[in-house]
Amino acid sequence: MKQSLKFKAVGPAQSGHDWKHPQDNAWRRFFFNNRASLGSLGVFLAMLLVFTIANPRVFTSWTLYGSVLTTLPVAIFLTVPLVFIVTVGEIDLSFPAVMGCAAWAFSLVVQAGYDPIFGVAAALVTGAVLSAFVGALVVYGNLSSLIATLGMNFVLRGLILIFTEGKSISLVSLQDNWVFKLFSSDQLGVPVQIYWAIAFTIFSMFLYSRHRFGAQVHIVGDNPDSAAQMGINVKLVRVKAFVFVGIGAALAGVFSTMINFTWWPTSGDGYLLPVLASVFVGGTPTWGGIGTVLGGAIGALTVSFIQTGIVGAGLSGFYVQFFNGLIIILSLLGHRWNQIRYR
Amino acid sequence: MKLAERLIELREIKKSYGNVYALGGVNLWVDKGEVVGLLGDNGAGKSTLIKVLAGAVRPTSGEIFVRGKSVSGWNAARSREAGIETVFQDRALAVQQTIVRNIFMGNEITNAFGFLDVKREKEEAGRLMREIGFTSKVFSPHSIVGQLSGGERQGVAIARAIYKQADLIVLDEPTTALSLTETNKVFHFVRQVKASGRSIVFIGHNIHHVYDIADRFVVLDRGKVAVEINRSDVKGADELIRYMEHIAHPEKGEPTPPRAKASKRKKVA
Repeated sequence: MKQSLKFKAVGPAQSGHDWKHPQDNAWRRFFFNNRASLGSLGVFLAMLLVFTIANPRVFTSWTLYGSVLTTLPVAIFLTVPLVFIVTVGEIDLSFPAVMGCAAWAFSLVVQAGYDPIFGVAAALVTGAVLSAFVGALVVYGNLSSLIATLGMNFVLRGLILIFTEGKSISLVSLQDNWVFKLFSSDQLGVPVQIYWAIAFTIFSMFLYSRHRFGAQVHIVGDNPDSAAQMGINVKLVRVKAFVFVGIGAALAGVFSTMINFTWWPTSGDGYLLPVLASVFVGGTPTWGGIGTVLGGAIGALTVSFIQTGIVGAGLSGFYVQFFNGLIIILSLLGHRWNQIRYR
Repeated sequence: MKLAERLIELREIKKSYGNVYALGGVNLWVDKGEVVGLLGDNGAGKSTLIKVLAGAVRPTSGEIFVRGKSVSGWNAARSREAGIETVFQDRALAVQQTIVRNIFMGNEITNAFGFLDVKREKEEAGRLMREIGFTSKVFSPHSIVGQLSGGERQGVAIARAIYKQADLIVLDEPTTALSLTETNKVFHFVRQVKASGRSIVFIGHNIHHVYDIADRFVVLDRGKVAVEINRSDVKGADELIRYMEHIAHPEKGEPTPPRAKASKRKKVA
């Protein structure tokens, strides 16, 4: 405390007590820093309330939630890394095809009779390498990530179709394997996938706000020129963010293949738009520099729940798209209200 | 007196953008504990030169020596490793981030596995903020830089520059758009740094400001060093202004012939 004593004489405002600020209160800071994800949670709870009022019987039984919790983890593995890539100021639309490729690698290894754990490793390597390639193409080729990753999505999906000629791979042998039990069974009445998804989300939250990588992702997305002037390797940070998306896509691919015991050449295709929507429904703005991992996970929960929820509420499936869109628009309007863009 | 230790030396630095030469072979050196005032009109190449020094701009040609050793692959990270911290004219802040994150930009305090030492970063940021006279209770180290005024943002940029106890601090027009009290704070800080035996390169357009603190003046003109003169060889700020006017309008003739000659002799140094 010697330091502060020395400076007490400097300003007339120093009147004996220590330098303290409302933001120093941990709770207030928590609410302030997490207002986006808390807002997303509010949207989800409001939606759940409407559904429950519409059909109390279905929404108070566990069956419905069980089915959502089985598929939700796949969306979370895709959404959470996308929060990083949006924060760094890029976008990656190639994750569905990367997910398909990674799951393909997993399936080929399992089909060849190796232990599925090697399949998981193969999927992770495939996802990371493909996304590193996509990222390097965008970053070092100085291309627009919106267009280039869209193109890569078609290229990779096209390669899958060329090589497999559209044939799927069935993996019945998975059923009794320890890896399957570890990643895709029921524990305490809850699908085990969700534990992995929660663990992944918590790890990513720390990576995002408490790790050097996350800090640099924020800075590069906020002001790449300043980041470069301060000696941050801006391009490398961007490529790393792409690699993280690839790792998430690989996990998503493995988990979705284990749910279905089958790998389809179209694996991952249906996730492009819902996952993108989840990122923004979760409260991450489009302009980079800030975002929320927890919000993204809650956004994925909201988006995954809409379809099941609407059918469960007794509406016909034709309503799904309409309500999907409505929730997205309402969330964006809500976030607009508390997102301030400083320049 | 022992010969001063040469901290950094730029030799024959050229930088061209297409056909336009921003720097046409500039030599600049800084000794230990020395304050160099870098002067010149708009477009003279001052900012480009310090960006080369900071590693933010790669020169087209030229050599860079750090403590007498030639270095290759000079970039922003190398420059900071060599003990050079720069306060850029645009302050180089990420305005949507907290003060803490800006102060430790590219220089995070981490523990095992690269995770941030959040507690220490906050303490250090608080200490640095007090050190530069940032005593307002309105802001905490967790405040967003976008909420700060121009002078306060300048304070954050300066706090970042002094955190590492750098050997050389480069200030690119640090008083631009600052109020009188804020300007005084900056000069108070510059004197503190000078008193601690560290070197400074100070770029300013207000000659009176630069004159008060610099040991040596380097005047750039259209990408070249026009005058280089020790403070002890100039009578006063007014004389320095006359030199600069002469550089800008040579057709009006030499300012005061005898002293101008003296300066030209020193220029070779």
